[in-house]
Amino acid sequence: MTGLESLKTESTLYSKPESLADRATHYCAGCGHGIVQRLIAEVVDELNIFDRAICVSSIGCTVTSYNYFNFDGLESAHGRAPAVATAIKRCHPNLVPFTIQGDGDLASIGVAEIVHVCARGENLTIIFVNNAIYGMTGGQMAPTTLIDMYSTSTPGGRKPDTSGYPIRMSEMLSTLDGPAYISRVSLHNPANIRRAKKAIKLAFKTQLAGLGLSLVEILSPCPVNWKMDPVKALEFVAGKMTQQYPLGEFKISDAAALLKKDL
Amino acid sequence: MPDKKILMGGNIAIAEGAILAGCHAYFGYPITPQNEILEHMSKRMSEEGRVFVQTESELAAINMVYGAAASGCRAMTSTSSPGFSLQQEGISYMSGSELPGVIVNVMRGGPGLGNIGGAQGDYFQATKGGGHGDYKVITLAPASVQEMMDLTMLAFDLADKYRNPVIVLADGFLGQAMEPVVIRKAVTALPEKKWAVSGTKGRQKNIINSFEMDPAAFPGRVKVLLDKFDRMQKDEVRFEDINLEDASIALIAYGSASRAALTAMNLARSKGIKVGLLRPVTLFPFPYNAIKKLANKIDRFIVAELSAGQLIEDVRIAAGTEMKIDLVARYGGAPMTAEDIIEAIEKAM
Repeated sequence: MTGLESLKTESTLYSKPESLADRATHYCAGCGHGIVQRLIAEVVDELNIFDRAICVSSIGCTVTSYNYFNFDGLESAHGRAPAVATAIKRCHPNLVPFTIQGDGDLASIGVAEIVHVCARGENLTIIFVNNAIYGMTGGQMAPTTLIDMYSTSTPGGRKPDTSGYPIRMSEMLSTLDGPAYISRVSLHNPANIRRAKKAIKLAFKTQLAGLGLSLVEILSPCPVNWKMDPVKALEFVAGKMTQQYPLGEFKISDAAALLKKDL
Repeated sequence: MPDKKILMGGNIAIAEGAILAGCHAYFGYPITPQNEILEHMSKRMSEEGRVFVQTESELAAINMVYGAAASGCRAMTSTSSPGFSLQQEGISYMSGSELPGVIVNVMRGGPGLGNIGGAQGDYFQATKGGGHGDYKVITLAPASVQEMMDLTMLAFDLADKYRNPVIVLADGFLGQAMEPVVIRKAVTALPEKKWAVSGTKGRQKNIINSFEMDPAAFPGRVKVLLDKFDRMQKDEVRFEDINLEDASIALIAYGSASRAALTAMNLARSKGIKVGLLRPVTLFPFPYNAIKKLANKIDRFIVAELSAGQLIEDVRIAAGTEMKIDLVARYGGAPMTAEDIIEAIEKAM
């Protein structure tokens, strides 16, 4: 007996979301993916869409993200999650599908699918985790890897003359007429994590209001593949990544902006 | 009263067959010679209050079929050979994830961009898996416009029965053909799909995937699929046999090549040559046993195909290495005539 059994608390300030599965994840220490999953689970709980949410996982570190929620989920081939989610939403407008895609998945092999899901303005939600590296395969250059950044396939740092330039997906996609809401947030400190949650919630509310496509790009640390300790990795996100990928809203329709007042 | 017949194009018959079968969602990308399916569906699916999306690529189309199927709906895409190559990834994922769905391939001449004339050069790709990994897909080969409709309908049933994709393997000649068709009755009762990802209301969550993190567990998952393919081979073989009782020569052909073979058989019979025809309707599962039995009582097979020697490999497996088998091959989008086959029959005499 610890004596704690009879301890009563005045109120619960923080607990595990009901939508989040009670199991360990495969994410490395210091990785941002676990935070993203938790934020999504909190939003699904708060919006009371547990029995309508569908997690469309993709390939990369997001591959088994369906395992960490308590609601339905499925695999999709590399880059194709927006196509899979499109079909689910078209067939079942009452469901709330969202994709979780990394930068290799969304900004490289899945460019056609993400551009066209935006162009069609499909009424679904894209969660784009940008950690500027191929994590699952061991740290190769991603389309979002910064100039001079080390990766296992740019051992001397990414050089534009041979490896091109990093892609700003949110800015590119914001030129299209289809999306209702596109924003970029970051996980590098608690204040930004809270902003990230608000963005995710607004994205889901945009879908629930039937306003069209919503996309949240989340800058996320990958200390293992960046070969940094977790604190340095957060500093890298705050310093270097936000320079290349400025935070903020790139597109928000008037109707979506009205949803902000009761976030 | 006899069934009323309507003159219909082959590609249209596929589209209407899908609608009759309860196909709730169609996804496609333009490619000749199957564009009539996409165009017809764009009109008809909206009339029926169902889902139609013209996709950005054949890749997106097959992955939309994957998504629609995962959510419990009957879904279809149609394409032609180069697009079919692109769809192999998605078909592999569907088989690995045990998802039903129908893929129509109205074949054209290949390899590469090839030619828009009808061909059967995707036989291997359709019947031997086609994408990565250990899987098979039931492959149905229509030989008339009526069968374009009927086999498309059957494809949906078999896909649901086995939770595996099914291919309707037609060719450009059949796609463009016009023939009288009896319109079938619409399917009204669709199977319940408790495994679908359709929201967790009132049940535990469902997951659709082909991925297995544990290397020790994955062979067991593949074995489940392999057992299914064995059941298909045992229970789903379909073929048509004509005039084989007294035949000394058996023609083997499917799809539009079988139409030329049928005419050649009749011409040969009128000259007193005992020729029969075995027409596989399922290319996987292949009628190995029927051909093996036939090999014991006839002198020779003549395989007629719109490809450069693909079907003949399965005939060889069935008939054995000693059997005489001739090949009449037209490829690269060239049509086959009865005369081509008659020539081979007379040469064999």
